[in-house]
Amino acid sequence: MTKNTALFENKKVADPQTGFANMSRRKFLNYAGASTGLILLASCSKDDDAGGVNLGSGDTGILNYAYALEQLEAAFYIQVAKSFYSGISDEERSLLTDIRDHEVAHRELFKAALAGSAIQALEVDFSSINFADRMSVLGTAKAFEDLGVSAYNGAGPLLQSADYLTLAGKIVSVEARHAALIRDRLSNGTFVGSDVVDMSNGLEISKSPSQVLAIAGKYVKTQLNISNLPS
Amino acid sequence: MNLLNIIKEIETVDPEFHDRISPRRQAIKNMTGLGKKLALGAMPFAIGGLFNKAYGQTQPTAINDILNFALTLEYLEAEFYTRGVTAYSSQLAGTPAIGALTVIRDDENKHVAFLKSVLSTAAVAKPTFDFTAKGTFPDPFAAGNYGVFLALAQAFEDTGVRAYKGQAPFLMSNKTVLGAALNIHSVEARHASHIRQMRKAQGDTMLKPWITGNSRGTIPAAAQAVYNGEELETQAGVKISGISVDGVTISTAAATEAFDEPLTYSQALNIAKLFIA
Repeated sequence: MTKNTALFENKKVADPQTGFANMSRRKFLNYAGASTGLILLASCSKDDDAGGVNLGSGDTGILNYAYALEQLEAAFYIQVAKSFYSGISDEERSLLTDIRDHEVAHRELFKAALAGSAIQALEVDFSSINFADRMSVLGTAKAFEDLGVSAYNGAGPLLQSADYLTLAGKIVSVEARHAALIRDRLSNGTFVGSDVVDMSNGLEISKSPSQVLAIAGKYVKTQLNISNLPS
Repeated sequence: MNLLNIIKEIETVDPEFHDRISPRRQAIKNMTGLGKKLALGAMPFAIGGLFNKAYGQTQPTAINDILNFALTLEYLEAEFYTRGVTAYSSQLAGTPAIGALTVIRDDENKHVAFLKSVLSTAAVAKPTFDFTAKGTFPDPFAAGNYGVFLALAQAFEDTGVRAYKGQAPFLMSNKTVLGAALNIHSVEARHASHIRQMRKAQGDTMLKPWITGNSRGTIPAAAQAVYNGEELETQAGVKISGISVDGVTISTAAATEAFDEPLTYSQALNIAKLFIA
């Protein structure tokens, strides 16, 4: 299991002007570490009373929703790349490292864009994944990538800002490229399948935030509150 | 409808709009007065005429016009794969390749059918295509040209991804249509990923399922427009390359791969027009 806990409530170090160049906050997060994160979270999060970390409303809520998913994906691939499954080919090592970097880039972009409105770092639960086993890793990767695509597609029409829609669009097609690759590594030729694409019209099957979190919840210990998201 | 607001919106989409339209700005300002004298229904036409002179090819604002643009791209892909599957069915018989090309062909035909069903009588007719782009490329369906066929397939899929992405902001007024367009967009990206894997297996060993920088790889230079603008390292004001966190440093290559960039209407149209006879 990977612990990825930290706290985000120190608004003083969040600087919307410098956006990503927020080293003090990040260092602070690293310092916070796994051991203290949970306790501090419980004591400082105003969202706990409302039933979990509140993603917020409007476009901020949708961006936090994307940020949560990217956190999940990034944490997964970081763990994968820390200790690749035995017997991994050079090709798969290279591809999975690329994907890790893409997901970290997505995560960091949302974190910077959201600045002080960003939700905290989530605690993930990867206890169901056997990182030493190729099928377990690729099977989870497939689930995450397909889920990410369906989530972005479902969230796109909920956005008010055209700029954010474009940003989401820039990311979702890369997630779809990942998804197709992982599916093909598991079984060549399955880059589209009836589980992800409506065979009657060739359209991807999108998912609402509640549908997505019902699936992603297995891998996230931190409870997420989506009640204020637009629908 | 507020004309000045529309111009402002276009400026946000196209920063160069001012430069192009500049000699005509006075004419637009005059039109705001003139507008009172025009019947409301005539206004879009008047605006369209003015913008045509500025752009040559204008970003449509009507949902149906955007859907017809998408339909044209889908016609192109559908015919391309339909002819490709026919041309290579013997050569590739029994291989995963022909299976994949058939799957993609079927998806593109479904996209055509879907868009036609949405547009109903407003749907444009299928153009006549020339997949040599008037002799720029060898005939992709001729014996021995399977490599050309796959190279064009990659260019078409990557163009499709970028074109749908560019149109999404113009579909925001209709969430149903926007949702459908996004659900086609990601399927095109899945196709692009697979075609790139097929080309890698054919010997283009450096090729990845995602786009690195603005590299067209081994595709002929005539297709460079498909990849121009993909080299961005900064997103929403955030420099992605050089980010270093959790023991991961984002390289320039990874920063560009992590985000697919949109094509404007005219950029995508210019690519598609190469293949319209």
